[in-house]
Amino acid sequence: MKGRADTLKGAPRRGRGVPLPLLLPALAGLAFLLLPLLALLVRAPWRSLPEQLTSAEVWEALRLSLICATAATALSLVIGVPLAWLLARTDFPGRGLVRALVTLPLVLPPVVGGVALLLALGRNGVIGQWLDAWFGITLPFTTTGVILAETFVAMPFLVISVEGTLRAADPRYEEAATTLGASRFTAFRRVTLPLIAPGIAAGSVLAWARALGEFGATITFAGNFPGRTQTMPLAVYLALQNDPAAAIALSLVLLAVSIAVLAGLRDRWMTTS
Amino acid sequence: MTCSALRTRRTRRIRRPLRATGAGAAALLALSACSSASSSDRGTASSGSGSSAKLSGTVTVFAAASLQESFETLGREFEKDHPGTKVVFNFGGSDTLAASITSGAPADVFAAASPGTMKIVTDQENTPGRPVTFVRNELEIATLPSNPHGISSLDDLTEPGLKVVLCDKSVPCGAAAQTALKASNLKLTPVSYEQDVKSALTKVELKEADAAVVYKTDVKSAGDKVEGVGFPESAEAVNDYPIAPLKNAPNPAAAKAFIELVRSAEGRQVLTGAGFLKP
Repeated sequence: MKGRADTLKGAPRRGRGVPLPLLLPALAGLAFLLLPLLALLVRAPWRSLPEQLTSAEVWEALRLSLICATAATALSLVIGVPLAWLLARTDFPGRGLVRALVTLPLVLPPVVGGVALLLALGRNGVIGQWLDAWFGITLPFTTTGVILAETFVAMPFLVISVEGTLRAADPRYEEAATTLGASRFTAFRRVTLPLIAPGIAAGSVLAWARALGEFGATITFAGNFPGRTQTMPLAVYLALQNDPAAAIALSLVLLAVSIAVLAGLRDRWMTTS
Repeated sequence: MTCSALRTRRTRRIRRPLRATGAGAAALLALSACSSASSSDRGTASSGSGSSAKLSGTVTVFAAASLQESFETLGREFEKDHPGTKVVFNFGGSDTLAASITSGAPADVFAAASPGTMKIVTDQENTPGRPVTFVRNELEIATLPSNPHGISSLDDLTEPGLKVVLCDKSVPCGAAAQTALKASNLKLTPVSYEQDVKSALTKVELKEADAAVVYKTDVKSAGDKVEGVGFPESAEAVNDYPIAPLKNAPNPAAAKAFIELVRSAEGRQVLTGAGFLKP
C-alpha cells in the first residue's frame, strides 16, 4: 500500500488524477459489462460460423427483427413525440400520474406486458374482441403483433428522452412564434421539432435498440413462428436449447448489428444531446 | 475470525473513506464466505442410507413443466414426511432445464419429459447413475371449452383458418407432436411454436388459439378451461419421463429420498391421478 502511494506521488502528475476509490469500481463496472460479450467471442464456433450464418432461417429472423424494430420505432415516433409534447408543454390535472404510467412499461417485466397485450388486444381481449368482430383483425401470432409488442416496450424510452429534451428547450421560442401569428401546431412543427431533433434522434436510437432485443412481450403476445413472428432474440433462445453453437452464432449477428448501428449513429446524434 | 466481528470492524472504520472501501470489500468477501459456509451446511444428512435416514436442508428439483401440479403435491408430502426439509422446484421446458444443468445450475434431481432431453445431461456425465423412467405421458388435443370447431381428430387440425399452436420441436411435447403428425402423414402449419407445453396450453385457455397439441395431463390440470380430444396417433408418440439424481447435487441424500417418493406407490398414485401413464 505504502509503496504504491510512493510511486503515485513520484509519477508525473497530469492535470487531475483519478481518485482510486472511483477508478477501481469504474474499471470493475466496465469489465462486468464487457466480459460476457468477450466470452461470446471467445466461445464462438468460428469454424462452423460461415455455415451457421448462411442458413436461411438466420437471415429470415434478422430481416424480421430489423423490419419490426424499425416499424416499432416509427410507430413510437408518430404517437410518442406528441405524447412527450403533451407531458412537457401542457398542464392538466394528474399529469404527474400520467407521466408515471407512461414509464410503467420500463419497469414492468416484458412477459407481463405481453400478457397485458393479450388481454387487451388478443382475439378474446377487451378491445381485441371488437377488432375481430367488426374488422376481422386478430393481432396475436402476426408480424403486426410483434411490432405492437415491441412498441409497447420501447416507446417509453422515446417519450422520456423527448420529454427531457423538451423541458430543457426554451419555450420562449415557441411563444415568440405564436405572438408572431403562428398557430400552436405550426409553432410545434416549424420551431419545436427542429429544436428537439437531437433528442428525438437519441430517443429513437434507444427505442430501436430496445425493440431489436425485445423477447418477453414478443413471444408472449405474438408467439413464435419462423418468418412471421420469430425475431432474432426468439431464435437465439430456442436455438440455445438444442444447438448452443447456433445460438452463439445468432447472438454474434445481433451483437454486430447493434454495435454497427449504435456506433454509426453515436457520432452524429447521441453525443450532441 | 467470526462474521459478526468483521461486521463491527467495518462500522468502526466507516469514517475514514479510503480505508472504509478496503474494509468494506473485505467485509463483503467475508460475508460471502459466511453465506457460502451456511449454504454448505444445508443438506447434511446423517450417514446411513435408506428412507429412515434423517434428512434436512433444501432439495432442488428441476422438472418438466408438465409435472408441475403432481410434483408440487409430492413436494408437500415430502416436506411433511421429512420435517426440516424444503423442496424447491424449477419447472420449465425440459431442454431449458437440461441446458441450465449442463452449464452448472445447482440442482439435486432432474425429471425430464423425454429421454432425449435427459440424454443432454447424462452425456455430460452429470448423473451418477442411470436415469429411470417413472411415468409416461400421452398427447391430447386441447380445444376451446365445448369444442366449438368440432375437432375430433388430428386431421381436423389441418383445416385452414383454424389457429393451432404446437410446442417447439426442441421441446419434448413438440417433438412428440411431430412424430404423431409424421405417423399420420399430416402437414400442419401452426400459428406458433411455443417454448414449452404450458405456454401452448395458455394460448388456448386465453382463447387466442383454437387448439393446441399438449399432454393429457395438461388438459386435465386446466380443468374446464379447455376440452380434451384424444387421437389414436398419440400412441405413436408416448413420451417416457426419466428421473435421475445429479452428480453435483448439494443434497444427495434428500435427492435419493425424493426420487424414492416419486417411484413409490404413493407417488405413482398422485401421478396417475394427474393423468400420467404407468411406465
